[in-house]
Amino acid sequence: MTDEAIAYNRGMTQISTDDVRHLAQLSSLQLSDNETTDLQHDLERIISYIEQLSELNTDGVEPTYQVTDLENVWRTDTIDDYGIGRDALLAIAPERVGNQIKVPKVL
Amino acid sequence: MSKISDFSSTSARQSVELAIQRAKEANETYNFAISLTEARALERAGKVESGEITGRLAGVPFIAKDNFLTFGGTTTAASKILSNFEAPLQATAIEKLEAEGAICIGKANLDAFAHGGSTENSAYGPTKNAHDQTKVAGGSSGGSAVSVALDIVPFALGSDTGGSIRQPASFNGVVGIKPTYGTVSRYGVVAMASSTDVIGAFTTDSTDAELVMSIIAGKDAKDMTTIDDFFAPEAVKPGQKIGLIKEFMTDDVDPEVRAATLAYAEKLKAAGHTVSEVSLPIVKYTLAMYYIIVPAEISSNLGRYDGIRYGKRAEAGSLSELYGKSRDEGFMTENKRRIMIGSFVLSSGYFDAYYLQAQKARTLLINELNELFGQYDALIGPVAPTPAFALGENSSDPIKMYLADVMTVPASLAGVPAISVPAGVSSTGLPIGVQLIGQRRSDAALLALSGSLEGSI
Repeated sequence: MTDEAIAYNRGMTQISTDDVRHLAQLSSLQLSDNETTDLQHDLERIISYIEQLSELNTDGVEPTYQVTDLENVWRTDTIDDYGIGRDALLAIAPERVGNQIKVPKVL
Repeated sequence: MSKISDFSSTSARQSVELAIQRAKEANETYNFAISLTEARALERAGKVESGEITGRLAGVPFIAKDNFLTFGGTTTAASKILSNFEAPLQATAIEKLEAEGAICIGKANLDAFAHGGSTENSAYGPTKNAHDQTKVAGGSSGGSAVSVALDIVPFALGSDTGGSIRQPASFNGVVGIKPTYGTVSRYGVVAMASSTDVIGAFTTDSTDAELVMSIIAGKDAKDMTTIDDFFAPEAVKPGQKIGLIKEFMTDDVDPEVRAATLAYAEKLKAAGHTVSEVSLPIVKYTLAMYYIIVPAEISSNLGRYDGIRYGKRAEAGSLSELYGKSRDEGFMTENKRRIMIGSFVLSSGYFDAYYLQAQKARTLLINELNELFGQYDALIGPVAPTPAFALGENSSDPIKMYLADVMTVPASLAGVPAISVPAGVSSTGLPIGVQLIGQRRSDAALLALSGSLEGSI
């Protein structure tokens, strides 16, 4: 995935409407033109705000991805449907044909 | 407000009917509930009456934030994409409460997908503050807090990712607990940011919070991040050393909020504890960390809402158009902002500068907190910089809204417990809470401390 489309200069974050469209595409969001304009303004401000974290010296610091200290919580390799049958899950699909969920053509 | 024990002498049917009737009346004004689960609640009340259902909470009505999957109605997460979603399973927390006889009467309003701090970002309209209808309920668990503050139910469930239980508890004058990360199973709760999401409760006092927590806490095979069941109510430890976080008491914080915090500190001293000022310098960066890490996790967790397997599907000719339109129509603006910020900080060119840097900074925050917990039993500070703000006041400015989370996000990023307890009332009659923060697994100790001061506020 190319990110060149995201124009960005450290210190003076600028987000163009093309950048917003690119991020929308990465996020599977089909935005209207009005939303794109509003989000361009919002995202530019938010990214400028979070950018301040670059001031912090984190040389040699390990990242924290989770806080439980749990490691490799295993379970046996057997199927567990958690008490929810296939029919109950198929019943909540927006469109169904038999035992399958129907979607528009992919290609 | 009623305590849970007040329900022990009334019939389950009467309690549930009264709660539902009062919820319907109050909802016209406050919009705290998205739906009521009347039929199922009455059916369960009947089973309590007949003795088929028993337990420590037999016949006690409660309300769950509408991001908890429940039977008997919809679970919308206050979004349009889940407006018709009827869950095929129940959250573990709900199952545990039901096993003790509690009766869910409805689903509380929230910021859609719990993204927000005011319960204004709901597809079903804003919830109003229990003490002033021109003010926000706080959020994202605003509806849950208001349902307890209005005395509709004696307790309510919420979720807290960066302050979503503590801040509305403060804004509405009730007790709110965000437990240690992993204390309560997240199974069956709509995921927001999986590394900081916790399940907790709103109650009228600390004793009731202990009771609810002792029921919902515990390891769950369906949530592999749950830790062993450590929660057990305890007696208050005398002569505690409490640290008042000075970075939470700057001129940027409303003077009445600071005064309420200091007044609570005086009560701690009068009860034989010591309170001294401590510093947590990294606090100035925690909001930036939070608004990198959490959107990153949101963008991943909300990827599942695509109109395929469940939820609302938009009309579209192709699969990619179906995804794009279903998501555009189904999400609120704040959901889209967070998803796109998440996509940005996780992009290949920016991952190290934003996401990795934030996770390293998170380590520095945890180290600073651990150093303080080596010397202090608990930390104290305000919950939010102001009492409840006006409806619409911050909703057009996302940064302004985010700044209201500055004092609640540190405990979330560190995974440590924090509670919000009533500490005073502003000159305009708005409740002000105080926050107590402890080390991991000190949840019961925090509630014992706050409980020992109740009645003296």
